[in-house]
Amino acid sequence: MAKRYDLRRQTGFSQVAWFCIFMLYAPILLLVLFSFNDNRSVVKWTEFSFRWYTEAFANEGIRAAAVTSLKLALVASVFGTIFATMAALATTRTRPYRGMNLAYAVINQPLMIPEIVTAIASLSLFALIKQITGVTGIGYLMLAHTVFCIPFAYMPIRARLEDMTLTLEQAAADLYASPYRVFWEVTFPLLIPGIVSGAMLAFVVSLDDVIITLMVAGPGETTLPIFILGAIRRGITPEINAVSTILLAVSILFVAVFFLFQRRNKK
Amino acid sequence: MAITDQDISLSASETLTHARRVDEQRKTRARWALLSPALILIGLFGLMPLSVTLVYSFLKPGSFGGVEWVFSLDAYVQFIAQRDIFDDTLSINWSYLSIFSRSIGLSLGATIGALILGFPTAYFIASKPADQRNFWLFLITLPFWTNLLIRTYAMLLIIRDQGVINTGLMSLGITEAPIEILYTDTAVFIGLIYSYLPFMVLPLYASLEKLDLRLIEAAYDLYASRFRVLTNVILPLAKPGIVAGCILVFIPGLGAYITPELLGGGKKLMIGNLIAIQFGSSRNWPFGSAAALILMAVVMVALLLYVRHSTKEGRSHG
Repeated sequence: MAKRYDLRRQTGFSQVAWFCIFMLYAPILLLVLFSFNDNRSVVKWTEFSFRWYTEAFANEGIRAAAVTSLKLALVASVFGTIFATMAALATTRTRPYRGMNLAYAVINQPLMIPEIVTAIASLSLFALIKQITGVTGIGYLMLAHTVFCIPFAYMPIRARLEDMTLTLEQAAADLYASPYRVFWEVTFPLLIPGIVSGAMLAFVVSLDDVIITLMVAGPGETTLPIFILGAIRRGITPEINAVSTILLAVSILFVAVFFLFQRRNKK
Repeated sequence: MAITDQDISLSASETLTHARRVDEQRKTRARWALLSPALILIGLFGLMPLSVTLVYSFLKPGSFGGVEWVFSLDAYVQFIAQRDIFDDTLSINWSYLSIFSRSIGLSLGATIGALILGFPTAYFIASKPADQRNFWLFLITLPFWTNLLIRTYAMLLIIRDQGVINTGLMSLGITEAPIEILYTDTAVFIGLIYSYLPFMVLPLYASLEKLDLRLIEAAYDLYASRFRVLTNVILPLAKPGIVAGCILVFIPGLGAYITPELLGGGKKLMIGNLIAIQFGSSRNWPFGSAAALILMAVVMVALLLYVRHSTKEGRSHG
């Protein structure tokens, strides 16, 4: 290929790309920067301080919301990942069977519907159940979160399974390993990177959810994003910047782990 | 009775097919047992709610939220027409139709904006050396996995009257008063592009990565200019990616809630906010359900057009 004439070059494309990166990151970086600013005004930089972090940690409402968020994300991602793993095992590495496409469509259903529709539909159903049974509590939120966590966990697990050949499992079966032992000693260890990736995504997706939580949550069931939304509506304070930065850091940490495991997947 | 060889082999093959059938049945049972928790959960709490919404859209609103179990088409009628309270005549009600067309317009605009920004970006990444591409893709996808609410809030901090853009412009003496961006359509438009740009870049990259350089080379050999290579070779080859990216930006943009809520200030409504309000302060669940179903119908039409387009493309390329 001729080196002197770069075939791929198009005028101005790299500038646009850099602009996109700038546009994607500048607002977030500014938010993070100002969360360390020792000033109430959120505009002028005065001095570096952890003041808003200590105030956020001291805030009873923020602490309660953080606990609710973590509890919810933990339950939803653990159950979502278990069910997604089971479903992935049943829908990969097999000849197509009757109902497989339908099962696949149902699993991905939460991704196909606009989130606001899922939110109000869940609210309607849960209101009906509450009316009939009188049961209230955080269980509804956990159910709703688990449902939309399943497809997010399913995708990387399925991708991992499709990259694995059946040879090792067949070899184990030839050596008279029971199906139970084949799964726990061959399939499962090989599948772990996919499962971890799936669990990470599910956790982040649950932790960051706003719309479904906003609609389904009962009184007192405030998660961190819902707390932040309420705080923004009441007026901008530097404390929001601090809480937002923490939440951002957690998401980025989890997604970084996800990408790490994805890379190991490919090797 | 004498047993012949033939009999033995026949019964042996019969046992074999029988064993195989039993094995198949066992496998099928195992499969559905593995699938059942996910399917039951999504069926009960993902699909069932939609049918409740469908039923609710044909009922009358309860006075304190919820529904009254009386059949009524009011929710759908209300969407396009208003009933005069005195003589009961119907006339076209533009307020909801205009919210709907605004949403479609804003979402389409954001899709085009994201395409204009996203195409060069995807092309730029695809033309990087192979070992650097993953890093660039990571940079583009990372914001998508961070909280949309927080990203929108960060954008709000920048474009508001006392934000970085306006204070910067004023301190440089370019403008005297802050330019009003926040709580306008422009703000929602910028916010939608900012939110969904990664959705545009990823499918575009996927199709640009496979671009056959020999075709570009051939075009240059035939004295095509850079611009003609772009419009006559690269863009047609990237068409599947362009269509997929546009669908992926348009659909979530249409149902957006957070962006118009924060950047539109709750005054510049989109469908998402209209639906949410019906389940909140407006207490008209049937109307909210009907609006949600209409939104879903539009999304389904967009998806169907996409599926039809992509299967046709696939066929014509063999």
